[in-house]
Amino acid sequence: MLQLEFMRLALAVGVVVGILAPAVGFFLVERRQALVGDGLGHVAFAGVAAGYLLGIEPVLTALVFAVVGGLAIEWLRVRGGAAGDQALALVFYTGIALGVVLVSSAGRLDVNLFQFLFGSILTVTWGDLWLVVALGLGSLAAIAVLYRGLVGAVLDEEGSRVAGVRVNLLNTTVAVLAALTIGIAMRVVGILLIAALMALPVLAAQRVAWSLRSTLGLAMAIGLVSVVAGLVVSYYCDLAPGGTIVLFAAGAFVVAALLEAVPRS
Amino acid sequence: MPIDPTVPALELDDVSFAYRGGPPALENVSLSVEQGAFLGIAGPNGGGKTTLLRLALGLERPTGGSVRVFGRPPGTRGGPRVAYVAQRAQLASGTPVTVRETVETGRLAVRGAVGPLRADDRRAVARAIDRVGLADRAGARLRTLSGGMQQRAFIARALAAEPALLALDEPTTGVDATSQESLAQLLAELRKELGVTILYVSHEFGAVEHVVTRLVLVRGRVVFDGDPAALPALWHDPSHAH
Repeated sequence: MLQLEFMRLALAVGVVVGILAPAVGFFLVERRQALVGDGLGHVAFAGVAAGYLLGIEPVLTALVFAVVGGLAIEWLRVRGGAAGDQALALVFYTGIALGVVLVSSAGRLDVNLFQFLFGSILTVTWGDLWLVVALGLGSLAAIAVLYRGLVGAVLDEEGSRVAGVRVNLLNTTVAVLAALTIGIAMRVVGILLIAALMALPVLAAQRVAWSLRSTLGLAMAIGLVSVVAGLVVSYYCDLAPGGTIVLFAAGAFVVAALLEAVPRS
Repeated sequence: MPIDPTVPALELDDVSFAYRGGPPALENVSLSVEQGAFLGIAGPNGGGKTTLLRLALGLERPTGGSVRVFGRPPGTRGGPRVAYVAQRAQLASGTPVTVRETVETGRLAVRGAVGPLRADDRRAVARAIDRVGLADRAGARLRTLSGGMQQRAFIARALAAEPALLALDEPTTGVDATSQESLAQLLAELRKELGVTILYVSHEFGAVEHVVTRLVLVRGRVVFDGDPAALPALWHDPSHAH
């Protein structure tokens, strides 16, 4: 398997995505915004379609669309007078509608589009890898530096505001990180399933973790194992990688729930 | 940063407020709270006492009038620190956060949001946890503790900020009488030893009654402002304020 360059590339991208997606998803789940990733995925779909229509690399347009979508959700939530789920619904449905219109305009309802929707390990290029590594490491560094502030905003948004913390800036940072994660992960996991990789490892980790930090660490470990195991199994069994990866993450949740049910001494 | 002792901790000057599209929640409220006071803010549900607190903290902007905290607009960075203990129900979370992690977020007011905590931050966190009597539970998950212990953890988070003004909104909701008594003692000690100004919103004061130095009854406007001992009947039944 590893003698094939496309698998080495897919695994390298997968390692970054497997660690980054739960790290960003941790802050979304703790804010009860686990579905934000889903909404941004649909906006990224519109970005892919726009890339096809304009003749630009779809990954780049998807990144731009997802970032704009993330900022829109945060703006609607904070200043637009919309509750979190309303803001998400507005962006979610606008994104998918725009994507459908753009795809039909471009006449690209074909296999290439499905690779973005469901992920394909055959499509990862060296260019993708460097983009993923650069954005992934940058995102993880931002999380490490801002960890305390992000946690404060999650646990007590108003208390943090009163303390003088720039909560809006931190929330916007999370939205942008979520958008970047979706943009760089869609090659491997697919737009429709990336949100699951952001949420399921965190939900699993919460069941067995003993602190916030351990939740984050366990979630990243579960995400990494899910991606690597999913890619390997999908290669040998000829399955869709995105779905296989997410099923491993869902399996981790089941295992964690069973472990939680075992009485502790 | 030294605080001018002559500046009131909180000033509301002819403040009015209405939630978006709604009727006035507060009208023409003027209030000056001296430093070191223990101010009880009471009133019926919907009377505007929480709104008054939120205006004082800068979480809402008045539709009329002005608010100043230690002589500055609320929320101004670099001024005397303000800590807020919200209603416990709003802080509930299924996350496995520990007592120590909860209290560490209190240091955001001191250290800002960037970078790791330093050794002196960790000492301040340990002191705050010790002060509320949770030193032996610092590593415990918050959701495994009783309501009273959780409330003490939130108070410790506020203390870790080393605030000049501490605001509490219905802090004894769902807390047993023993915990209410220990909270009252703790707040009285903070005021006496550190000179912390305390704003305490509640619809019932219970054990805290004897440590409050001044009472404001709010019912859309301030209907009583003075020594709580002066009006024992109203103290127990604010609905009679009119």
